[in-house]
Amino acid sequence: MNSHPSDSYLRTDRLPHLWCPGCGIGATMNSFVEAVKLSGISRKSLAVVSGIGCSGRVAGYLKADSFHTTHGRAIPFATGLALANPGLRVAVYSGEGDLVAIGGNHLLHAARRNVNIMVVCINNFTYGMTGGQLAPTTPIGSITATTPYGSTEMPCNLVNLAASAGAVFVARWTVFHVRQLACTMAEALVRRGFSFIEVLSPCPTLHLQRNNLGHGETEMRYFKEYSRVANNTSPVEAGLDRRDRKIIVGTFVKRERAVFFDSPDSVTLVRKKKVKA
Amino acid sequence: MCAEPLALLTGVHFMDGNSAVCEGAIAAGCRFAAGYPITPSTEIMERFASRVPRLGGICIQMEDECASIMACIGAVWGGAKAFTATSGPGFSLMMESIGYAAMTETPLVVVNVQRAGPSTGLPTMPAQADMLQARWGSHGDYRVIALCPNSPQECFDLAIKAFNLAETWRVPVLIMMDEVVAHMSERVVIPTLSEIAVVQRRYTQVRPGEYQPYRPAARGVPEMAPVGKGFFMHVTGLTHDAKGYPAMDPETQDALVRRFTAKIDSNADDIIVYEEEEIADAEVVVVAYGITSRAAAAAVEEARALGIPAGLLRLVTAWPFPEKKVRELSGRVKALIMVELNLGQMFLEMDRCAKGGAQSIFLGHAGGSIHRPEAILMAIQKAAQL
Repeated sequence: MNSHPSDSYLRTDRLPHLWCPGCGIGATMNSFVEAVKLSGISRKSLAVVSGIGCSGRVAGYLKADSFHTTHGRAIPFATGLALANPGLRVAVYSGEGDLVAIGGNHLLHAARRNVNIMVVCINNFTYGMTGGQLAPTTPIGSITATTPYGSTEMPCNLVNLAASAGAVFVARWTVFHVRQLACTMAEALVRRGFSFIEVLSPCPTLHLQRNNLGHGETEMRYFKEYSRVANNTSPVEAGLDRRDRKIIVGTFVKRERAVFFDSPDSVTLVRKKKVKA
Repeated sequence: MCAEPLALLTGVHFMDGNSAVCEGAIAAGCRFAAGYPITPSTEIMERFASRVPRLGGICIQMEDECASIMACIGAVWGGAKAFTATSGPGFSLMMESIGYAAMTETPLVVVNVQRAGPSTGLPTMPAQADMLQARWGSHGDYRVIALCPNSPQECFDLAIKAFNLAETWRVPVLIMMDEVVAHMSERVVIPTLSEIAVVQRRYTQVRPGEYQPYRPAARGVPEMAPVGKGFFMHVTGLTHDAKGYPAMDPETQDALVRRFTAKIDSNADDIIVYEEEEIADAEVVVVAYGITSRAAAAAVEEARALGIPAGLLRLVTAWPFPEKKVRELSGRVKALIMVELNLGQMFLEMDRCAKGGAQSIFLGHAGGSIHRPEAILMAIQKAAQL
């Protein structure tokens, strides 16, 4: 078998991967490998933490110290890992069901605390691994395994959620934008604090097929045609609604504030106490 | 005056159990805790939060108990010794991750200060009703070690032991306190550094390319590797092979889960600790643990004063259960009386191990108060007349 430039970053003994033809998760993983190379961070210092689901399998294919945790708990695991070992660069890689539904509370609080972790959230609008059920981002009206008459729930705007909770770096791309995604991931890898990157990815087997939206390639064409790069857009304005025929992509938030347990204020507090003692 | 507080508060103290268990964790080298406030365990995290920042450690309050225990597991893989403390409702929320710690063989310590349940129950009052949850609470087959201190001094001592057991066997170790032991203050002697045996994390000597994270080593326990050193280890809650890779077949599943159980079961004699009082010629033996064992000890003493040949078996280790000891006693005494603050939990295990030898008798209530020695004495007197 011919080798691939990313091979040394992958657990090639675990390939082929389990993702369906037309799924975008593997493409995002390739962008992530490119990002690691671009960022210049040491391979040894990289730790990848995933939750459960299709996107949760990324940790198992990357040749780094990798942790496949329980459903929803990738972020708290990563919080402990990063705090106990500040020399690591910890990336959380998981899906929207894992990070936003069952793990949503952890996402909010890690962003609020500005924990020094980077979060890649693959948004494929459904629960893939379990058979295509309703996700927090499923568009209104979509047929899913648990909404056979169409979803009536308002989907969550993930970038707005992360930004309003306090993330210091928030971006969105689709799997069509593999190069832009790699650059954004590289930028997040070298920044400190809580960064959040949403990546839209097709689930051809379940979400697209059930909703007569075509297959993986159709969705890639949709991403290509309707994406609009608009950096610095207010995340509130970056909601996704298929009826708008508009996907706003780019980097929406870049700001700095004290990183959890880096804060000079907290150090000062401890020093003051020491003097008193 | 000491400007830099010491990690080890060597000396004689008047201290409650929650403070003592916290000091034991610090003495064992634990410098990371993540927790969520819950009565009656909160003081453990509060004390740790005040103590460890000045020792270079970290104490964080998480958004819930699911996050607390998972942050601890992450910290352990990051290289720290870590623990969390909680009570019934929080312990229930932690069950999923106790299974994850068992599956990934994470050396983790969890303190459960038991209060009366189910649900919110009696938050400020004692119980011992999470004993079977401690053993069986997470799904699947696995093993834990559970310790039951009966005094603040033992809270300190067993906290150190818990961390040592966790590092040795790579299982979740549960310190099953109760509200009374947590909040009673007594003399606690903290020894000098040289008097405390601490098991440090042992990392593999195998080189990164050859290392397999779940290859069984001595006594069925695999060797850990440090994160960030190029071992590129994979850790998963899925059934995994020696490489740590998911392996979805019944053979791998059976071998893995049998190893989890065997590493504790076949080393149980080295793990189990119990105390015996007046056992040699006893005809009635009271079995108890935690705060209940103190009322039981008083009752046994009174029974002896009345000329009744009574004895006490005090469980320090509830899990693994001292099966051999109970079986041996069952073959030679008239009755075994399990006294506990629940409606019959460890009693089931004692009765199973007694196998119809001695009469097995249960004495308990649903929690909220501790046993009076007189009630236990009456049970001993009644059993002696069998």
